[in-house]
Amino acid sequence: MHALAILAQDAADAKAANAAIGAGFAYGLAAIGPGIGIGYVVGKAIEAMARQPEAAGMVRTTMFLGIAFTEALALIGFVVFILLGL
Amino acid sequence: MLAVEFPPINEVIRWRDIAGADTLNKVAIIAVLASLIGIAIFLLAGRKDPMVAPTGVRNLAEVGVEFIEDQIVMQTMGKDGLGWTPFLLSLFIFIYLCNLPGIIPIFQMPATARFAIPLFLALIVWLVYNFVGFKHNGIKYITGMAWPHSVPIALRPLVGLIELLSNIVLRPFSLTVRLFANMLAGHMLLVTFALLTDSLVFNDNAFLKPVAILPAFMLIFLTAFEVLVGFLQAYIFTILTAVFIGAAAHPEH
Repeated sequence: MHALAILAQDAADAKAANAAIGAGFAYGLAAIGPGIGIGYVVGKAIEAMARQPEAAGMVRTTMFLGIAFTEALALIGFVVFILLGL
Repeated sequence: MLAVEFPPINEVIRWRDIAGADTLNKVAIIAVLASLIGIAIFLLAGRKDPMVAPTGVRNLAEVGVEFIEDQIVMQTMGKDGLGWTPFLLSLFIFIYLCNLPGIIPIFQMPATARFAIPLFLALIVWLVYNFVGFKHNGIKYITGMAWPHSVPIALRPLVGLIELLSNIVLRPFSLTVRLFANMLAGHMLLVTFALLTDSLVFNDNAFLKPVAILPAFMLIFLTAFEVLVGFLQAYIFTILTAVFIGAAAHPEH
């Protein structure tokens, strides 16, 4: 009976540890793509603004829209991270 | 040895009910205060004589209105969309005033970091832009999405499916999660660095105490950053609303 209780405890610990590892990977992996994407969006927007400063306002608006759409994936990863890990 | 235990998520974002079960808690109070302050500012600004040069509160309100008109409506919907300014302005002011308490001492909790408030706002936006779509285009609103004429015929089922899913399901979801997760992430970062500073300052090891300057500096920097994030998220929510309404009214653009 005692050994069984220890085994059950070990299984629960292992499950919690796996959940924590999974949460870490979920967030880390979810951040890669949007990180590259946002860098690309902002870099191109700066290039456009430097070439044509009079269009800066329009470029900035579109840039924020692009960032908002790209960022959503990373944020879903963050929510999964919280659901799994904490 | 230093041991920092991060509190469970429910201790960080859940607040006790103030007077017995199912009454107001801090998040609800912040949300109510945000709407009351927003209403008060614009009532005060609106009742003044329009011929007198604007002062005080009225200047603030005018800056808000002009920001929505120039930066959001004109950029996304053009002149036809100016009628949407009141709706977008209320959204913006409410979200901004809900985000701001995240960095105000005593409150220290953005009301939008709880799922219900962004979800409700996104549902309102969902109802509004779908209603606008049906009102402007009739049944063509749905058929135009499901069978888009601007793409080659072989791709139409696929593109139509993606369009339908994105318009009906994904948009309100991503609108909610964007606002919620941004504010929650900011809140968690502040909690983390506050805890770290606290445990370094109040530990027994005298050598570790000066190290507390690092997380304290980070805490100040992140608080300043949260001011920006609170504004930016309110702006992004509002501008996406404007884009969705504009796209629903004129799908060919």
